[in-house]
Amino acid sequence: MSTEGGAPPFSSADVRRQDAAPGPLPNPPPQAGEGYVAGSIDADLIARRSRTVRRRRLVIYALRVLFAVFWLGSWELSTRLNWVDPFFVGQPSGVITRLWTWITEGTALGPLWFQAAVTMEEAVLGFLVGSGLGIVFGILLGRIELLAEVLSPFIKAANAIPRVVLGSLFAIMFGLSVWGKASTAVVLVFFVVFFNAFQGVREVDRNLVANARILGADNRRLTTEIIIPSAMSWILASLHISFGLAIVGAVVGELFGATAGLGQLIYNAGHTFDVNGVFAGMFVLAVLALIAEGLISALENRLIKWRPSRVSGEVPI
Amino acid sequence: MAGAAIELRAVTKRFATPNGGIYTALHDLTMEVAPGEFCAVVGPTGCGKSTTLALISGLERPSAGEVAVMGKPVNGIPDGIGYVFQTDAVFPWKSVLENVAAGPRYRGTPGGEARAQAREWISRVGLAGFEDRYPYQLSGGMRKRVGLAQSLINGPRILLMDEPFSALDVQTRTLMENELLTLWSSTSASVVFVTHDLEEAIALADRVFLLTAGPGTVKGTFEVDLPRPRNVAEIRFQPRFAQIYEAIWNQLRDEVLVSYERQKHASAV
Ligand SMILES: Nc1ncnc2c1ncn2[C@@H]1O[C@H](COP(=O)(O)OP(=O)(O)OP(=O)(O)O)[C@@H](O)[C@H]1O
Ligand SMILES: [Mg+2]
Repeated sequence: MSTEGGAPPFSSADVRRQDAAPGPLPNPPPQAGEGYVAGSIDADLIARRSRTVRRRRLVIYALRVLFAVFWLGSWELSTRLNWVDPFFVGQPSGVITRLWTWITEGTALGPLWFQAAVTMEEAVLGFLVGSGLGIVFGILLGRIELLAEVLSPFIKAANAIPRVVLGSLFAIMFGLSVWGKASTAVVLVFFVVFFNAFQGVREVDRNLVANARILGADNRRLTTEIIIPSAMSWILASLHISFGLAIVGAVVGELFGATAGLGQLIYNAGHTFDVNGVFAGMFVLAVLALIAEGLISALENRLIKWRPSRVSGEVPI
Repeated sequence: MAGAAIELRAVTKRFATPNGGIYTALHDLTMEVAPGEFCAVVGPTGCGKSTTLALISGLERPSAGEVAVMGKPVNGIPDGIGYVFQTDAVFPWKSVLENVAAGPRYRGTPGGEARAQAREWISRVGLAGFEDRYPYQLSGGMRKRVGLAQSLINGPRILLMDEPFSALDVQTRTLMENELLTLWSSTSASVVFVTHDLEEAIALADRVFLLTAGPGTVKGTFEVDLPRPRNVAEIRFQPRFAQIYEAIWNQLRDEVLVSYERQKHASAV
């Protein structure tokens, strides 16, 4: 405790222990049962735990930085030494320069933030509509057996076709409007969320359903209080993948017709053999996807606080 | 009997087995429970005790025969049924308080009042202070008690209990058994109490049904003419208790042996 690095200089536990058993060596933490005093020891344990958690987090961040430095460094070095041709694989310093000019002077299509906003609007719309429809239909078909049996071959067929090609269809249907791209995102997102929601409903513990029915739940309550919470872990798991797919949909949609957006920016860079531009565009997309992933994780933690936390780096008390 | 609270007449229940066959869990089972009567059901494992409760609760339908509750044929879940399940059936996404308050809420009690009732029941089953915990933060025995409070809060007229106390330690178990008897005597509920434990069955019940090794049917019915109110901890020392125990055990033993032999053969094949 007091000998450990980073320990608070003073804690109630130290005081109590000093008059209890003075000695040259720090005392081992008292075992539960032998003179266990809840308050003070708990405080000490909690402090120690949060210290361990902090230290662990620091190590992980340091390792991440180290990894990035190694990866980017070896990339930069191998292009500098001309082991590989930077014309084809780009160069981190070139990517950074390109990003910087985009930020300060704008891109060929206009300001960078605008491109990002356009693509995000498409992706977020597609994500919301696609996952909303996926959840509704997944739960509906999961609950109504007949509907599921009738529709299942059609859904499987629809899922089997490569849906990105629908992008060209949507470009014709919606022209250059945001829905041309958002629709592509919708069809990509829908199926993933749908299948998960459906499976989630099917996997509901029958015992819980029986219990709820005995307790007097009607069909509506059964759906809102048992089926949906139970399927929620499945649905949330699918949302993690779905946002990435929504971005894919938006970017592919932009290929079939757009005047702005990160996808468009990347194609432009590609057409002018600007590999660094392609990477810079990808980098911006990746950052946006990471932010979205963080938001979805936050939502998940909020909705599923009834589950033992599965945070990496669980530290025992 | 016209006024029976629960009536199973010549009930057979078959299940489809995974390999396409048919398994008969109950065969030609007939039993009656009077209003306000406390019945226990004992029998070797796999003999169809849980299936019997599922039939009474309307969760399962009989393959043949009739089931009636309060004089009405069971079609869907009858009114006034409480069911404490053998396996864990508390809702993992609800806190203890919400779990216990679920029944009243589903039955139309306003949220605040339902929670007030729930608090009372939570302390009655000895879980005061754990209202805000989620089931994963409770021990198995505590979860069982949540399940108990969850059923009892609805004031059931028919209470089906499937080994409700088997996960509890002996002291808590005795406490809960006594508490159950007190609660039951203040209501007019009929109880069907499934247990492996013959002592528990005799200590609690007015009548013990003994089922045969599967397919289950009633092998014998035993009146428990011990005086009430009973103290579960002490009633075991009465000579009459021992007599009843011996009478039932003599017959139960044979069924347990049959069941055991069968399982040994099944696992040998
Ligand atoms: N849904 C089902 N499908 C197929 N077989 C079933 C089903 N439910 C129960 N059975 C079978 O019916 C028999 C009776 O089951 P039940 O659960 O009623 O036994 P039990 O008397 O409650 O046993 P235990 O004391 O071990 O709880 C068992 O052999 C079981 O395998
Ligand atoms: Mg059982």
